[in-house]
Amino acid sequence: MEEIISQIFQVGFFTAIIRIATPFVFATIGELFAERSGVLNLGIEGIMMFGAMTGFSTAYFTSSLWLGILAAMLTGMLMAALMGFLTVSLGLSQHVSGIGITMLSTGFAFFFYRIIFGQPSTLPNIKAFTPVGIPVLKDIPWIGPVLFEQTTLTYLAFAVVPLAAFLLYKTPWGLNLRTVGENPHAADSAGVSVSAMRYQGLIISGALMGIAGAYLVMVQFNAFTFGVISGRGWICIALVVFGQWGPWKSAAGALLFAMIDALQLRLQASSIIDLPYQIFLMMPFVRAMMAVEMRAPAALLIPFRKEER
Amino acid sequence: MAFRLELREKTPVWFNIVLPLSAVMATLLLCSGLVALAGANVFHAYSELFLSAVSSRFNLVETFVKATPLIFTGLAVAVAFRAKFWNIGAEGQLLAGAMAAAYIGGIESLPSFSLVPLMIIASALAGAGWAMLPAILRTRFKVDDVVTTLLLNFIMYYVMTALLDGPWKDPLSGYPDSPDIRMDAEFPILLHATRLHLGVLLSLLAAPMVWWFLRRTTLGFSISVVGENPSASAYAGIPITRILIYTALISGSLAGLAGAGEVGGLHFQVMSGISPGYGYTGIVIAMLARLNPIGVVPAALFFAVVVTGAESMSRATGVPVFLADVIQGTALVTMLIAQLFTTYRIRTLTTQG
Repeated sequence: MEEIISQIFQVGFFTAIIRIATPFVFATIGELFAERSGVLNLGIEGIMMFGAMTGFSTAYFTSSLWLGILAAMLTGMLMAALMGFLTVSLGLSQHVSGIGITMLSTGFAFFFYRIIFGQPSTLPNIKAFTPVGIPVLKDIPWIGPVLFEQTTLTYLAFAVVPLAAFLLYKTPWGLNLRTVGENPHAADSAGVSVSAMRYQGLIISGALMGIAGAYLVMVQFNAFTFGVISGRGWICIALVVFGQWGPWKSAAGALLFAMIDALQLRLQASSIIDLPYQIFLMMPFVRAMMAVEMRAPAALLIPFRKEER
Repeated sequence: MAFRLELREKTPVWFNIVLPLSAVMATLLLCSGLVALAGANVFHAYSELFLSAVSSRFNLVETFVKATPLIFTGLAVAVAFRAKFWNIGAEGQLLAGAMAAAYIGGIESLPSFSLVPLMIIASALAGAGWAMLPAILRTRFKVDDVVTTLLLNFIMYYVMTALLDGPWKDPLSGYPDSPDIRMDAEFPILLHATRLHLGVLLSLLAAPMVWWFLRRTTLGFSISVVGENPSASAYAGIPITRILIYTALISGSLAGLAGAGEVGGLHFQVMSGISPGYGYTGIVIAMLARLNPIGVVPAALFFAVVVTGAESMSRATGVPVFLADVIQGTALVTMLIAQLFTTYRIRTLTTQG
């Protein structure tokens, strides 16, 4: 037992948690913006996939990782805008539209990847982001290497959480967004455009989901594979529920998830516990199922039409 | 001139045919851009896509064989969506059914004649059981069924691969696939020298049966009522919770049967790629069919054609097979948009001068 503990709780373990949590933080905060405006964005899984693909291809051909991130963001925004057209402008079922956006985006990602790269015998890869240490801070024992020797994207993820909290709770824009998600008719009477706010919430969600997808290919895997997302988007949907639609709690949920994931990787590698590795892969999904308490925005899933009250 | 959406009182019957057809047409038109982008002649690619599946008797039978799991998952989703039970979990329920069928089909002590019926029953029960879980979570704890059914797909997939890597692993070859079922457990072939197995017939019978069930039985009728107007049905004394659970059971068992057909009629074992997303395609099929069980059959045949045709199209023209995935997604989106015309009509308003 002591052996397990000493093998697991090393600095590397905590560094891994932060690294694994980063894409979850981006995508979960993204989903949060959409849901607070009243739209459940089930396009997340596909948008992450498409963002990962366009981000990878752009980085591959321009040798610029940041251009890749930009491409992934734009891809996500585009698909989220399409989601907005279906659910906000046309008022269609958010569930089915979201599944449609996921299918469409995933199809696009695979189709265009084949067109661009064909079926190469070796997987095309890129030079991944490397950790950038923050001077002084990175020399703090324990905390330094865990928190301050990460990639720039992870620092951005750290920043996204307080920024989201600030935007949602401390600005008039955030108040409008939340009102649109809770009581669109009241917001409408107060002169707030419900559809404009929902489009904004969705487009922000798409941008962040795109970054999350790109992170996976640019930090974790440095190549694009068809299994790169493998359900991570759906986990983020559950994380928003788990975090009760708040940015801090959702981010904390992402960290908790990342910890379980890092733990399973280590347990798998250490072969101290002889269990099928699928049990570990299953754990985040099982945990996500237990996020039972629902305190969703009141107008989530309900299309808004001015004339119908 | 301005446009306005107006609520429609009644949906004309011919909409059931015209809407899916226009959605499919729009899809093919939109996707032709991608075909051209891939550097292929659109007509050549589309004729490969659609004609190869019906070009010979053998291929035609194969199309029906391919459509079988899709008919079952399409029906599963159609029943569920009618009650607004958002079952995105047909994929996992299919896997549960497939594993149950493979398990029963491999038991040596069972008498031969009982194998096929027991496999069918077991797969339906397994699928129903797996669908029960999200239904209970929704009715008891108000957990969103979309999220739970989605997550359960992954959990079931890992359960399956754990079995394939562990107890079911072939001790000789080491391949991660289950042992073959007994010879007596293989579904009878209905047409000599083809793969037209019992499951194909079952799926074609299931569609009218589900139609009859939804139209002519009290429970079937309640399913639609609960979906369309939950508050009115509560007022009318319909036990919503119980109806939702029944819906999940029926939907899950239909998806489970898809697994039985694949194991008993086609692969005679379980392997990790046994379902290339049949459960998700079922959603598109059910929507194209406008949740009508009879409509599920042509919609499933259409996607069977697309999925099989995509491979020969890819070989002949170099257009990636993933065009089939894009077609699925586009068809779902265009059909959703087309559905608008059932609830709304577009009125042009001429502004008075």
